[in-house]
Amino acid sequence: MRRTFIERTLDGLASISDFAARADQLAIERGAMQSIDARIKVAGTLALIVTAALSTRFDVVAAIFVTALALAIASHVPILKLATWVWLPVTAFSGAIALPAFFWISQRSAEMLFARAETSATLGALLALTTPWPSVLKALRWFKVPAVVVAILAMTYRYIFVILETARDTFIARKSRTVGALPARERRRIAGAAAGTLMSRSIHLAGQVHLAMQSRGFRGEIRMLHDPRRGTAR
Amino acid sequence: MLRHAIFVHIPDGYLSPATCATAYGAAAPFWYVALQRLKHSIHTRTIPLISVFAAFSFIVMMFNLPLPGGTTGHAIGIAVAAIVLGPWGAILALSIALAVQALFFGDGGITALGANCFNMAIAGSLVGYGVYRAIAGGSAISSRRRVIAAGAAGYISINVAAILAAIELGVQPALYHDAAGIPLYAPYPLKVALPAMMIGHLAVAGIAEMILAAGVVAYLQSAEPELLRATAPHVDKAPEVRGWRAAKPLWAALAMLLILTPLGMLASGAGWGEWASADFAGPDSRAKIEAASGNSPLPSSPPVGLQRLANLWSPPLAHYVPQAWVHSPKTGYFCSAAIGTGVIMLAALATGALFRTRAKS
Repeated sequence: MRRTFIERTLDGLASISDFAARADQLAIERGAMQSIDARIKVAGTLALIVTAALSTRFDVVAAIFVTALALAIASHVPILKLATWVWLPVTAFSGAIALPAFFWISQRSAEMLFARAETSATLGALLALTTPWPSVLKALRWFKVPAVVVAILAMTYRYIFVILETARDTFIARKSRTVGALPARERRRIAGAAAGTLMSRSIHLAGQVHLAMQSRGFRGEIRMLHDPRRGTAR
Repeated sequence: MLRHAIFVHIPDGYLSPATCATAYGAAAPFWYVALQRLKHSIHTRTIPLISVFAAFSFIVMMFNLPLPGGTTGHAIGIAVAAIVLGPWGAILALSIALAVQALFFGDGGITALGANCFNMAIAGSLVGYGVYRAIAGGSAISSRRRVIAAGAAGYISINVAAILAAIELGVQPALYHDAAGIPLYAPYPLKVALPAMMIGHLAVAGIAEMILAAGVVAYLQSAEPELLRATAPHVDKAPEVRGWRAAKPLWAALAMLLILTPLGMLASGAGWGEWASADFAGPDSRAKIEAASGNSPLPSSPPVGLQRLANLWSPPLAHYVPQAWVHSPKTGYFCSAAIGTGVIMLAALATGALFRTRAKS
């Protein structure tokens, strides 16, 4: 039976939770990537992605991919998960773009595009899966990313899961009240109303968070307890 | 990795490092100005509002929207953010949502983040906001025109982002190729990249964005119109008029009625049903009552109830003429009108004053 937009949205929301839960588990495991300082991981990942982007040789990009794969195995990242999260979607998207180029433009061009896309995505996912988010933020702070940007990124990540819960509850409630197929117009109305309700709740939440911050002495300046220059940012 | 099917998100490896650096450079001034503007206008609210709205935008990007033909599609929510937060707030919130996607979920590309932010968060928000304001004009918050404006803003904003992405991808083969002329990054020239990108966005992604923006605005109009006011600064915001000025139209109507008072004197006979028990006695008045009642025969004596209650209250201005001190019926009629109106006005003012005092206490 064809899945409704409500079920598909619930699947999408579940995939975020699944990814985040898996990342939380992997980040505390004893693996190769996990034992590296977050600052080195962030800089190293970026350096490898830029190298892959700058390189004009397929074997260099392939070598970086093999390195990423070896690091993933050494970090206990399940290869099957990596395939479903990274390789399959990239193959579907970049493969669809590279395939015509393979025949009509040049084989080398298509290979380079595909290899770069797979390698960069694998590196990005490897960093995300093996580094706790607070450590990524500390590393960013260490690299002189403005405190206000880091604070916003930290809070955004926190509230993604609060809003995700609200969205999931809204869609589960709607799904449990819906019997049979809805007319197209009603489906669109429900989707708009769900997004509108979520936005309204988010803005009220922002107001409450603001009051809570003010009551704790926030006056617009971000002050961090941890100085990233001292101690590790793992 | 969660939703690579959105074409407008450029992944890593498609743009040359030089293009990526240029895109970061182009986006930076907009981020700076947006942050300064928000710090100035909403000060301490900036961080929580942008954070929570970015989180909302991130989740909305996961929504599957029902499209015509039974399919579903994703939207970015560019216009929705621009309509509720204004362009500067939307630039920051969407950029943060894209950054979290790229950094934490490895979705959308880290080197391409500047380009993705420039296309969707910056150009998309500014265009979406402009289209919404231009079409909505000064229409009321609850106006249907705002729903249409939001739909158009959604459709156009995502397509502008797609055009920019297509141009960035389409210039790669001309700028970055090896000695043999083989493209090193996105392989298709503009004449291929532009139509390939635009067909998908004009036909599918644009519709999804339109449905989301129009649906959210329609919902907010009925559920929470206040959220639409930030980008409709002069609508429905006339200063609240109180006191004498608020009742101006009523005073005008009252003055008009007073001016028209003499018309009452043109009317002949008594009003139907406004009979006194004495009118049942005189032959002239009896004939008038019978004539006014479709020549129905009148009972010989006034109804008992009417007789009994007739003397319960002696009006000071019987028959609209204060007979004790005015002899001319016409003058009396005017005096009665003036006195009656004055008494009603005084009663109304006294009641109003009483309620105001109670409300204050």
